[in-house]
Amino acid sequence: MQTENVLEMQGICKSFPGVRALHNVSFTLRKGEVHGLMGENGAGKSTLIKVMTGVYEKDAGHMMVEGKPIHFRSPEEAQDFGVGTVYQEITLCPNLTVAENMFIGRGRYAFVNWKRMKEKTTQLLGSFGIPARPTQQLSSCSLAVQQMIAIARAMDMDCKILILDEPTSSLDEDEVRKLFSLMRELKSRGVGIVFVTHFLDQVYEISDRITVLRNGELIGEYDASSLSQFELVSKMMGKALEDVSQMKRREPSARDGGEPVLEATGLSSAAGVRPFDFTIRKGEINGFTGLLGSGRSESVRAIFAADKVTGGEIKMNGKKVKISEPIHAMKLGIGYLPEDRKGDGIIADLSVRDNIVLALQVLKGFFKPLSRKQAEAFAEEYIEYLKIKAPSTSTPITSLSGGNQQKVILARWLLTHLQYLILDEPTRGIDVGTKVEIQRLVLKFAEDGVSVTFISSEIEEMLRTCSRLIVMKDRAIVGELTGENLTETDIMHVIAG
Amino acid sequence: MESTNTIKRRERVSDSNLLFAIAAVIFVLMYGFGILSFPRDFLQSQTFFDLFNLNAPLIIVTLGLSIVMVGGGIDISVGQVTALVTMCCAVFLQSRSGSVGGAMLLALGIGIAFGLLQGLLIAYLKIQPFIITLAGMFLASGLLTIIHKDPINVTMPSFVRLMDFQIVIPSLGTLNRLGRFIPLEIKPGTVVVLVLVVVLVILMNWSRFGRNLYAVGGNNQSALMLGINVQRTKFYSYVLSGLLSGIAGFVFIMTTGAGNVGNAYGFEIKAIAGSIIGGTMLIGGVGNLIGSPFGALTLLTINELIRADGVNSDFQAIASGMLLCVFIVLQNAVLRLRGTSSFKLALPGWLVPARRDR
Repeated sequence: MQTENVLEMQGICKSFPGVRALHNVSFTLRKGEVHGLMGENGAGKSTLIKVMTGVYEKDAGHMMVEGKPIHFRSPEEAQDFGVGTVYQEITLCPNLTVAENMFIGRGRYAFVNWKRMKEKTTQLLGSFGIPARPTQQLSSCSLAVQQMIAIARAMDMDCKILILDEPTSSLDEDEVRKLFSLMRELKSRGVGIVFVTHFLDQVYEISDRITVLRNGELIGEYDASSLSQFELVSKMMGKALEDVSQMKRREPSARDGGEPVLEATGLSSAAGVRPFDFTIRKGEINGFTGLLGSGRSESVRAIFAADKVTGGEIKMNGKKVKISEPIHAMKLGIGYLPEDRKGDGIIADLSVRDNIVLALQVLKGFFKPLSRKQAEAFAEEYIEYLKIKAPSTSTPITSLSGGNQQKVILARWLLTHLQYLILDEPTRGIDVGTKVEIQRLVLKFAEDGVSVTFISSEIEEMLRTCSRLIVMKDRAIVGELTGENLTETDIMHVIAG
Repeated sequence: MESTNTIKRRERVSDSNLLFAIAAVIFVLMYGFGILSFPRDFLQSQTFFDLFNLNAPLIIVTLGLSIVMVGGGIDISVGQVTALVTMCCAVFLQSRSGSVGGAMLLALGIGIAFGLLQGLLIAYLKIQPFIITLAGMFLASGLLTIIHKDPINVTMPSFVRLMDFQIVIPSLGTLNRLGRFIPLEIKPGTVVVLVLVVVLVILMNWSRFGRNLYAVGGNNQSALMLGINVQRTKFYSYVLSGLLSGIAGFVFIMTTGAGNVGNAYGFEIKAIAGSIIGGTMLIGGVGNLIGSPFGALTLLTINELIRADGVNSDFQAIASGMLLCVFIVLQNAVLRLRGTSSFKLALPGWLVPARRDR
C-alpha cells in the first residue's frame, strides 16, 4: 500500500458572513486511493472541496500538494495544477455544445480547432458510452447526460487529484457501475480521488478511507473496512451537546390522540418525492428524518406547495382542500419556515417590524394595509413573546443574529394564527442557547394547540421535541417511529436498513 | 432519475444560430417588402449600399455592443464615446499639428481608454456594468462639450480627400430620375464594416477569448468552475467594445466630415435594439455576430420604408419600438417553445427538444 500523500490540508478555516462553514479541518489524500468525504447537509463538504479547487479562499490553514505548499486562487489555477473536479451542481455551460463543454477552459490555445475537438469528443463520448453528440447544445441533453459529460471531462484531464462531489446523484445503476470501474482504473494509475456522496452503499463499495465532517468540524478519519455503516451514520448525525441534553424529552400529551388537522394521501411533487401519506393531529409535533437527499425537505415543501405538486390530495380538518400554491396553504392556516433562511425567509432590506407583519399583510391583501400603530403593537407583542433580542422594532433584520432572525420568522407565522406550522431546519447555524429556546418555543406552540412538523439534521433535537418521527430514505418513507421506539439507535437502524 | 438513453434522431440548431436565422429572414422579408412596395427606391443597388455607407458607424457600434452582450454585460457609453471621438478628431484635424494618421490613433486611443477603464471597474471590481457605462456615457458627453461646443467642419485637404474617396463599381450602377446613369459608390466606412464583421466573427467563433466569452455569458459561475478566467474575459470584451466605439467615431467623421455635439446621438439605444433584433440576447451567451449588422440594417430599413412611404418621420421611432417589442417576444417564445415538450404540435419534429431540466 502506498502511503505517499498527494494532498494534505491542515487547520482549514472558512467563514461566510454569519456562518462558520469550516473550523480547523484537516484532510489528507493518498496517491491511488478513493477517499470518501461524508457528512450531513451543511457539514462543510462542499465548502472544503471548493477550498481545494480555489473557488473559495481559505481564511486559515495550509494546503500542500505532493509535499509542496500551494495556494490556489482560482479554479483555473487548480485545474492547471492537475486537480479535476466534478461539482455537486452541474457546472457546465448550457449554451455551448457538448464538445466545447468538454474542452473549454483547458489548455493555452489561441484558436479553437473545432474539427479536432469534435473528433476527440466523439472518442470520449464513445468510450464512456454517453448518448450525446459533440455538436449538440448542452441544454438539449438530459441532466444525467450532462452529469456524465462533466465526469468525462474531469476524467479526461490528466489529473493528479480527482474530486467527485455527488457525481452519482442523477445516474442510474449501470452508469454508476461504469463510473466506479473508471475510478478503479484511475486509482491504479495513482490518481487520488475524493468522493462525496450521500449513498452509503456506494461509499463502502469504492472507498479506501472515509473522513467524516459535522457542523464544519472534522469528526475523524477512518479506514472504510473498520467502520461499520451504523457507526458512520452515528458519526455523521452526531451526539447531542452536553448542555442541550439537559432538556427533558417531551412526554406524549393527551392531545396526540386528537383530531387530525391535516391529512395528505399520495402526495408527490416535481422535486421528486415518491407519493406519500401523511397525517398530523391537533397539537402534535412530528418530524421527518433521514440523511441528506432522503427527501425530508421535499416532503414538507410538497405539503406547502413550495414545489410544484404533481399528485395526491390534502384534507384539512376533514375537508378536502386544494393547495397548488403557497398562498393557498397560508390561507388555510399553514405556515412554512424554509430551510434556506437567507434565500427564502427573511426580507433583508426590511425592518424587524415589517418582517413580522409580512405574512399577515399578505393574507389581508395589500389594499387593506395594517396601520403603523397596529403593526407596531403586533411587533412589540411578539418580540416580547418570543424574547427576540432586537434594539427596536425598526431595526433592520440583517443586524440581528441568526437565531433572532429565525424567531422573527416564527413570529411572522404565529401572527397569522395558524393551525399548522412546518419548520425546516429552524436551528441550523445558530448558537446552542438559542437552539434550546427555539425548541422550547416549539413545545409551547404545541401546548397552545398548533400542530408542528419539525425537521432537523440533529437527531437529538428531534427526539426531544417530536412525539412521532417519519423516517425517509431515497425520497420515500421507510418507517415511522413513536413512543418507546423513538431512539437514536432505532432511527439509525431504519436508515441503514 | 432520468434515463440517459434518450437520444434524438436529429440535431437541433443552437439558440444563437436559430435567432440569427430569424433575424436574417426578417431582414430579407422586410427588404423584399420594400422592393415590392417601392421598387423605384429599393431596387437600386445604391439604396442597399447606402444603408452601409451612411450607417457604418452605427453598425460598428452594434458589433461592439453585441460582443459585450454575449458576455452577459451591457455598454451604454458607446454612443457618447463615439461622439467624443468625432469631436476630438475634428478639433485635432483642424489644429495646426493635425494629421489623418494621428486622428486615427487618437480615435483608437480614446476608445480603448474608455474600454480599459470601464472594463477594469466592471470585471475586477465587480460593479454593475449598467451603472459604470452610464457614468462613462456622462463622462464622455461632458468631455465632448468641454472640448468644443460648436460644430466644426473639417477642411484639412488630406482628410477631405479621404472623405471623398469612394470605390466606384460601374457595373452595378443605376439610372437616376433624369435618366442619367450613376455608377454604384461604396464608401470606405462600408469596407471597414465588412472587414470588422469578418475579423470579429472569426474572433467570436474560433478564438479562445470568443468561446470563453460565450461560456461566461451562458453561466458565469460554471465558466469559473470550468477553469476560465472570467474577469479577464469580461475585461477584454469591454476593451473591445471601447475600441470599436473609437473606430466608429473615426468612421463617423469620415462620413459626415464634421464634429458636432449631436453626433451619434442615441446610438447606444439603437445599437442595443440592433443587437437584440440581430439575435443577441440580453441575458448573455446567445448571439451570432453576423446577426448584428442584420439587426441594425433591419432597424434602418424600417426607417427607410417609412421615409419612402412619405409618412411623418415621428412614426419611425414608434415602428422601431414596436419591432423591438415583437422581436423580444418572438425570441422568448421561440426559446420557450424549444424548452418544453408541451408545445410539440406547434413545432416541426426537428425542433422538439428533450425536456430541458430545471
